[in-house]
Amino acid sequence: MDQGVDWRRNKAGFLAVLTPPLGWLLLFFIVPMAVVWAYSFGTNEGIADIRISGTFANYARAIEPLYLGILAKSLAFAALATLVCLVVGFPVALAISFAPANLKTWLLIGVMLPFWTNLLIRTYALIALLRDEGIINNALGFAFGWAGFEPLRMMNTNFAVLVGLVYVHLPFMVLPLYAALDRLDRSLLEASLDLGAGHIRTIFAIVLPLAAPGIASGLLLTFIPVLGSYLAPDLLGGADSQMIANVIERQFKRANDWPFGAALAFMLMYLTFIGIALQSLARRKRERE
Amino acid sequence: MSIPPAQGPGAESRRSIIEFRNITKRFGPVVAVDNVSLTIEEGEFFALLGPSGCGKTTLLRMLAGFELPTSGQILIDGIDITRAAPNRRPVNMVFQSYAVFPHLSVTGNIEYGLRMEGVRAAERRERAEAALAMVQLEGYGDRMPDQLSGGQRQRVALARAIVKRPRVLLLDEPLSALDAKLREELRFEMSALQDKLGITFVMVTHDQDEALALATRCAVMHKGSLMQVATPADLYEFPASRLVADFIGSVNLFEGRVVEDESDHAIIDLPEVGIRAWLDHGTGASETVQFWLAVRPEKVELHKRQNGEAPPVMEGTPAGYNVLKGTILDIAYLGSESVYDVRLEGGKRVRVIRPNLTRWDQEDFTWDEDVWLGWHAEGAHVLLQ
Repeated sequence: MDQGVDWRRNKAGFLAVLTPPLGWLLLFFIVPMAVVWAYSFGTNEGIADIRISGTFANYARAIEPLYLGILAKSLAFAALATLVCLVVGFPVALAISFAPANLKTWLLIGVMLPFWTNLLIRTYALIALLRDEGIINNALGFAFGWAGFEPLRMMNTNFAVLVGLVYVHLPFMVLPLYAALDRLDRSLLEASLDLGAGHIRTIFAIVLPLAAPGIASGLLLTFIPVLGSYLAPDLLGGADSQMIANVIERQFKRANDWPFGAALAFMLMYLTFIGIALQSLARRKRERE
Repeated sequence: MSIPPAQGPGAESRRSIIEFRNITKRFGPVVAVDNVSLTIEEGEFFALLGPSGCGKTTLLRMLAGFELPTSGQILIDGIDITRAAPNRRPVNMVFQSYAVFPHLSVTGNIEYGLRMEGVRAAERRERAEAALAMVQLEGYGDRMPDQLSGGQRQRVALARAIVKRPRVLLLDEPLSALDAKLREELRFEMSALQDKLGITFVMVTHDQDEALALATRCAVMHKGSLMQVATPADLYEFPASRLVADFIGSVNLFEGRVVEDESDHAIIDLPEVGIRAWLDHGTGASETVQFWLAVRPEKVELHKRQNGEAPPVMEGTPAGYNVLKGTILDIAYLGSESVYDVRLEGGKRVRVIRPNLTRWDQEDFTWDEDVWLGWHAEGAHVLLQ
């Protein structure tokens, strides 16, 4: 290898390139995380002071039934939203992977388009759609007003939260599914048809098993951000649709209990890590077989 | 739908099983298959042969149901299947990539098609085992595809198709992904398999050796059209055009015009090389038409010419022997044979293939040597186009 290019021989150049991004990560990612982590072992002293006392009291409080209940509810919400994303996203990803090449790019841009708009604005747009005097109710009222149509109550319900979560996170599901389906050897599908299977049976017998790794990463990529969702339950949900992120936010702001908020936040993080670890263990086991 | 002709298995002559009627396939502005009509008979090992992009694969895929013709009809056993779904046709395919399902075992792959038919488990197992035996993979049923070699995967693909007992087996470049030694081995096996099964095979290949070795009949395709449909021997010895002659093997072409044309012989003037050549059959060509005399390289002989040696005269060649003066430019030693690149006096180059009957150190033709080239009147063939 060329001497000037090989980093093992040109350590100074290598360090010069690597130091700024590493420094950035250290200062603005690792340090704040460490601070919050330290807070989770702290106690409030007065209004603004926190003493890192090494106590586990915050974690003990975090596993009280009240908070475990909210955590369980968040997990259920996240699981349901992820499942809906899979059911809705799979046909979409399948359709895109079979679209003509020139159309594919546009369809993929269409999937990613919501990312280019602010999350807050998108959530408010959903409110305009779902509220009692919203677009859906107005349209239904226009169509069925003669039959004495009463506006559907959708805002401030768990349903609205679910719609919001699915809407926001669908691209996280569609993109990895698309990547997996697009890699699929088309001749396998043709072989299945050739051997007498119809299209539906081909999807269940051939496509789904072969796309399983893509489905798994889609599930994980969707589930993690849904679990930590804050805006959708806050703006679309009612009093009983609070998720764990809303509780954490309250600790940092209104309750001014940073140590407890930090403990709750890290509980969520530990859960996420465990989830990722389980998935990669499963994958390694599959690869070894 | 029409009713298949009432002919039992006892029908003495072969009957047609596949019929392409005026099939055209366009992909946008590109005409992949151009008005092809072709009949394939029951029990044939039929090869569609041509360079890549000639439309042979498209024709096969239309037979399998993966492409729909733009116009025309396809019949199997007299039944119009032009627009039938792939899973409703009495054909099965061996894919070029084999398309063995990677998440199913060998048995799982072979039973897949039977499961789709609703065949009972016991019968499935029995038929899968018979198919495995047929392709000499007994005992491999529990293996996963990634534990198999390329040749074994090819056999699994073959077993998976024949276990369905199709009317027609389609093979898309079946041997192209294998190395040369294995390819030769599998050629014989495929022939034997077809004899044993009695199923009609339709194979697509760009490899002329494969087509000549396996097929009972070949269709040569070029730019979407059929150039010639014939047995391998006829294709090689009596090509219909320069294009076919050049695609199947290699050929020496001499521009010519007929001088004397009788039913049992012809004399052809070859102005390029300044001789009149004997041919053992009439050409039927008019005297004004220019055509080409085709002589295959292995049908040209080399003779010594040092010290002004006289041209060789072949005893017992009633139709005549044709000789030309030349010089050996290059020799390619290929082991079993050697290829000589000979320059004629006018500058034209002729290719000669000569079996190495003795060891190389005994060979007496060498570089830059002056030679006589000769071929028998029975060795040449006239191409009108």
